[in-house]
Amino acid sequence: MFQFSARLAGAAIALTLAAAPSLAQQLELKLMAPAAPGGGWDQTARSMQQALVASGVARSVQVTNVPGAGGSVGIAQFVNGAKGDGNQMMVNGFVMVGALAMNKSPVTLEQVTPIARLTEEIQVMVVPANSPIKTAQDLAAAVKADIAKVTFAGGSAGGVDHVMAALFAGAVGADAKKINYIPFSGGGESLAAILGGKVTAGISGLSEYEGQIKSGKLRAIGVTSEKRIAGSDIPTFKEQGIDLVIANWRSVVAPPGITPEQRKTLTDAVEKMVKSDAWKEILKQKGWEDAYLGGDAFADFLKKETVRVTDVLKSVGLVKS
Amino acid sequence: MDTFAALAHGMAVAVQPMNLLYALIGVFLGTAVGVLPGIGPALTVALLLPVTYKLDPGGSLIMFAGIYYGGMYGGSTTAILINTPGESASMATALEGNKMAKAGRGGPALATSAIGSFVAGTIATIGLAFLAPWLVDFAVRFGPEDYFALMCVAFVTVSATFGDSPIRGLTSLFIGLTLGLVGIDKLTGQARLAFGVPELLDGVEVTTLAVGLFALGEALYVASRRHHGEEKLEPVRGSLWMTKEDWKRSWKPWLRGTMFGFPIGALPAGGAEIPTFLSYSTEKRLTKHPEEFGKGAIEGVAGPEAANNASAAGTLVPLLTLGLPTSATAAMMLAGFQQYGLNPGPLLFAERPDLVWGLIASLFIANCMLLVLNLPLVGLWVRLLAIPQPWLYAGILVFATMGTIAAKPSVVELSMLAGFGVLGFLMRRFDFPIAPVVVGLILGPIAESQLRRALAISLGDPMTLLQSPISATLLGIALLALLAPFVLKGLGRFKANED
Repeated sequence: MFQFSARLAGAAIALTLAAAPSLAQQLELKLMAPAAPGGGWDQTARSMQQALVASGVARSVQVTNVPGAGGSVGIAQFVNGAKGDGNQMMVNGFVMVGALAMNKSPVTLEQVTPIARLTEEIQVMVVPANSPIKTAQDLAAAVKADIAKVTFAGGSAGGVDHVMAALFAGAVGADAKKINYIPFSGGGESLAAILGGKVTAGISGLSEYEGQIKSGKLRAIGVTSEKRIAGSDIPTFKEQGIDLVIANWRSVVAPPGITPEQRKTLTDAVEKMVKSDAWKEILKQKGWEDAYLGGDAFADFLKKETVRVTDVLKSVGLVKS
Repeated sequence: MDTFAALAHGMAVAVQPMNLLYALIGVFLGTAVGVLPGIGPALTVALLLPVTYKLDPGGSLIMFAGIYYGGMYGGSTTAILINTPGESASMATALEGNKMAKAGRGGPALATSAIGSFVAGTIATIGLAFLAPWLVDFAVRFGPEDYFALMCVAFVTVSATFGDSPIRGLTSLFIGLTLGLVGIDKLTGQARLAFGVPELLDGVEVTTLAVGLFALGEALYVASRRHHGEEKLEPVRGSLWMTKEDWKRSWKPWLRGTMFGFPIGALPAGGAEIPTFLSYSTEKRLTKHPEEFGKGAIEGVAGPEAANNASAAGTLVPLLTLGLPTSATAAMMLAGFQQYGLNPGPLLFAERPDLVWGLIASLFIANCMLLVLNLPLVGLWVRLLAIPQPWLYAGILVFATMGTIAAKPSVVELSMLAGFGVLGFLMRRFDFPIAPVVVGLILGPIAESQLRRALAISLGDPMTLLQSPISATLLGIALLALLAPFVLKGLGRFKANED
């Protein structure tokens, strides 16, 4: 029933965007979002559906949701059920790397065929407006003085926020094992804890806290991008002398066991979609950074990121080595 | 611009014919999906997002708000008629509502829930318009220790759902608490009681448990009793509409339910379930007809229904003022805002007053539409009960299974549903109350993670629970609620001795 409605929605988009060019090919794709409707992966999948159809890259795209355990349930089903199928893809991202390691998943990201990294979201560290901490160095000093007394609020255990807190502690020379990280379910609850002054610092995706930062209720003490974001007056950690670069990336992968031709077709299709106006429009609306990285370069990136994240999770004791 | 002028301006936006149409589509869709267990308003909004992308922002947000309110209405219909809560917030409604329906009083039950929802929704929307900035300051000060204290109050008061025997009630509660442990521990990321089954890592879904225990358990129980002489169900006994007496017994619970629902819904981790339980137990204590509770007391329907609708309006407080989504549907509405480049938050009221006030005004309109849509349907709905039992229960089984599969397409989920169905049957057979199981599953994990968060923040010092004034007050209330019955009983004995 759900798949049926997803198809309906797809059809409705095709109708709404009647401008779809006539060069529509025979591609009929199935796209899995290994999460419940509404989250980042689901929105990425549905945005892809919209852009793939609107740009004429695919004739139809059907989105299915397989929620559970940071994508562990979805990827298991994807690897086993879609093996060798060149018309299926799955959205994933940073969080899945950690989730698979923590859940001791029998299926790993090495088994899937990497297609492309699509977007990334820069992370931000904030403190309440009335906090004595003004810069990332102030926080670093507090962390070095007594790491247990500095409380970080962020999203789920082992997610990108948690990894970032650990990396921050490591980068300023403290023992990451001792960080006092308090996971909240969803940005809403953690924001309340930060605004209410219950914790020392908060960590989240930049877009999520942008309104609060602009209105002056939160002070941003650092962003995790390589260079300062254009038009923003928030300093990066790097320019404050702290080596902390991390982004919450989202990507798309294909099943294992597909032929090189099938892989090329999918890689080309995604590349074409990324370059389409429809996709650019969506990125602008959602405030996602374009972080396209295709083919083998993405495969390399995925491998390196997996090692980095797993190491951090081992260091904070979430993954037993 | 003061609030009245802003609201009047919002009304002008909301009554534009196109926006009225969107509101109508919204409430209709919302009612429809609310009736189906498993398919909630969140999923509906998610599916509609890409479709509405070309519409104007005001119109589609109005439609989403209609879906949200409609979902809250629809969930209660199935809870009352076939004991299948469409979403977990309707669970408390099922307790008395279904008993009323079986006694031929389905009409008044549906009516009190529709009118109660209307009253609560309207009052809460007024609250949203006038109190939002003040309330949100309060909500943000609510820390983990305060949530834990609130959970303590909830735990103490849910004993009202226990039925007659506290031991049986506690047994049920602990089954629920144990089920609540299943899955990844939120604070350490480690799996508990998942036995290596990946589908269990996210824990037990509340709707799966509720539908299994209530609907499936009931169907099995009814089937097992068929040879013991068939229970005759009369769809209508007495008046189809609420009598004067019904009105008299309903209006206070409506207001009290609203008082629970709106502020708790506005808390970032409040939710819709807790106020419904609190309202149910309050009504049970205050009623003049305690003998009717457990057999179909109208107060037990009126209060929780008002509470769950008021909490829906409450959820919009942090969403509009802070950009904080505190429920799945609110998160989807946030995505809806973002798709138009709008960021709900402290600046939204200043930047796009037309949109915000248009949305608030359309909530009033959605509420009126829901009442108009639902009241005439009452007569039609109760006819459902005239369907011969084997057909009706077969239908319920199909319905329940379909809803579960739609929400989570997996064999494990389906097996759990069946397992909970058998559990529900056995509990009915041996006279254990089933509501505390669901209560335990909902409250247990919240209480646990909030307590652990509070302790992590205070570096392990339990005194944090007493240092926060909110927490200390709530714990005091919990203690009072726990001791009061014993003290009163003691006094009663004392008096009896004197005579």
